[in-house]
Amino acid sequence: MDDQTRWSANGRRIPADVPHQPLLTDDMRKEIESYFPRYPTKQAVVLPALHIVQDRLHCVPSEAIVEIAEMLSLAPAEVHDTLSFYGFFRSPEKPLGKYRCWVCRSVSCAFRGGEKILEYLCRSLDVQPGETTADGQFSVEFAECLGGCDFAPCMLVNDQLRENLTEETVDELVKSLRKK
Amino acid sequence: MPDFEPVLLKRLNIPDVQRLDVYKGQGGYQATEKTLRQHSPDDVIGIVRDSKLRGRGGAGFPCGVKWGFLPSDRDVTYMCVNADESEPGTFNNRILMEGDPHQVIEGIVIASYATQASVAYIYIRYEFVKAFHTLQRAIDEAYQAGYLGQNILGTNFDLDVYLHRGAAAYICGEETGLIESLEGKRAWPRIKPPFPAVEGAFRKPTVVNNIETLACVPHIVERGADWFQSIGVPSDPMNPRDLGSYGPKLYCLSGHVNRPGCYELALGVTCRELIENQGGGVWKGRKAKAAIPGGISMGLLREDEFDTPLDFDSLQKVGCLGLGTAAVVVFDEQTSLVDVLYNSCRFFAHESCGQCTPCREGTGWMLRIVKRIQQGHGRVEDLDLLVQVAESMGIMPGTTICGLADGAAWPVKNAIAKFRNEFEDAVNSASAKGANVSAATTSSLHTN
Ligand SMILES: Cc1cc2nc3c(=O)[nH]c(=O)nc-3n(C[C@H](O)[C@H](O)[C@H](O)COP(=O)(O)O)c2cc1C
Ligand code: SF4
Ligand code: FES
Repeated sequence: MDDQTRWSANGRRIPADVPHQPLLTDDMRKEIESYFPRYPTKQAVVLPALHIVQDRLHCVPSEAIVEIAEMLSLAPAEVHDTLSFYGFFRSPEKPLGKYRCWVCRSVSCAFRGGEKILEYLCRSLDVQPGETTADGQFSVEFAECLGGCDFAPCMLVNDQLRENLTEETVDELVKSLRKK
Repeated sequence: MPDFEPVLLKRLNIPDVQRLDVYKGQGGYQATEKTLRQHSPDDVIGIVRDSKLRGRGGAGFPCGVKWGFLPSDRDVTYMCVNADESEPGTFNNRILMEGDPHQVIEGIVIASYATQASVAYIYIRYEFVKAFHTLQRAIDEAYQAGYLGQNILGTNFDLDVYLHRGAAAYICGEETGLIESLEGKRAWPRIKPPFPAVEGAFRKPTVVNNIETLACVPHIVERGADWFQSIGVPSDPMNPRDLGSYGPKLYCLSGHVNRPGCYELALGVTCRELIENQGGGVWKGRKAKAAIPGGISMGLLREDEFDTPLDFDSLQKVGCLGLGTAAVVVFDEQTSLVDVLYNSCRFFAHESCGQCTPCREGTGWMLRIVKRIQQGHGRVEDLDLLVQVAESMGIMPGTTICGLADGAAWPVKNAIAKFRNEFEDAVNSASAKGANVSAATTSSLHTN
């Protein structure tokens, strides 16, 4: 096998005459490479690279796994092994919506109404935990303790912790995010 | 107890103290200057050892002693700062990183100098978005001001600090799970020994410390080991295994109290004092039934045990695993402890990394048994069965690689021992419902 051989995500050899269309953009590659000097091994860049891809694409397609592996001199299976350990990364079949709503179900929140908030949010968006609304706006997931127990019940919506939730504040939030 | 002046949170309400100039105006970075100019690395290890600072991340191991385990002939040393903070009920690392990031950086610089680490990785849980950005800004400022990077303060000490984001897995807080995750692998904890001090990140000697532990270090260097020991609970001279509980501690109070929050107090406050004085009492004018004393892994305190001091060595005397993360979660009299245990078992079944069979399977079994009790399908023999499963898993019985299994099992054993009546009632009211229950429960054991 020479270095030019390309492999598809499902392990097939890609014929040489198929034009190569990388999934990772130059920007993504540059950002991934900017992490190299931080660590003595390239493998340590697996998590940063997966974050970079999921932040942009709302999921990690298998082509990205192959290309990350190539950049980090790893086998795709090694990258996939790490990815699959964390329930955090999404496949293209189940991409994240525009807003990822992580509702805490751990002890401090649950006993201040957190479980009901999760149920309420699911009901009002008509999804189950783990699903995304049909319009691609909201993904609802349960979270374990978000480290915001002083504001229980709480949820993380993308970058922001939403605190002391009630059904009313959940309604308002959903309404205001829908307008954006 | 003598009056206590906050140490770690004292700058928290100063506007913009996250900025380097404001922090310096409050006396910030003086400890770093003093350390790098006046002390040798071994001096610093000595001071920290003498202070008897114990790790704040859960295990309570003496910090200076741990630093002393580094082999003397090492070439590279890594510092791994544990900011994975995921033990339910715990949020003091978040408060420190968001509220006073330079204090955290100062702790990292001094600890890295003491241990001669040239790179420090701050492993921060993904969900701490605000803390991540706050800390990154502070790190950038510290580089510009010469507190990080090459030749810090004109000495020949170099240090790079990098933030490394996790991906929402509790097990990454276990120190060797953290290291594996940092290395880009699945976060499967390693068998110890070798301990990280000998073989840690990238197979090199590594120090792992919690954010709060490190935040204590600048104050210890500045004010001395004696000052630190003037706060807290002295060791019991009759008990050589009691290492004392010295210094300030950030208690996280949540659950059914009027004022949840992070409160800095001298180690050794009682659970009742914390709830009454800081928490403003139990919410809705109710009485308390129980409390978690230090994160969900530690077990439960009954209301009549609330006068127990929350220090490193007292909680064991009332059947809890220890102080843990000093996260107190209060439950009022209307709370079902079957529900609490269900919540706990669900957490651990979800977070077990799956590497050891007794933990992977045991957490699942415990969850399903507690679930059927909660749903009214419990059987009389279930309580003993639960205890039996719990007793078979963990480092203590020697069947697992890491302490997650002990933390999963302890609340089960502890809740059933302390609240057996409540669990028996739940089971008995179930068996009163009739015979078709047992068919339903047999199948429920194999689903979920
Ligand atoms: C399952 C498990 C999870 C843990 N999670 C954390 C954590 O989130 N943060 C932390 O500092 N320590 C955590 N620890 C403890 C670490 O393994 C380690 O003892 C600690 O980071 C050492 O720092 P310290 O000595 O400064 O406390 C955890 C331990 C176990 C067994
Ligand atoms: S005890 Fe549990 S969490 Fe720890 S290594 Fe074993 S399976 Fe993983
Ligand atoms: S329990 Fe919900 S944030 Fe901690």
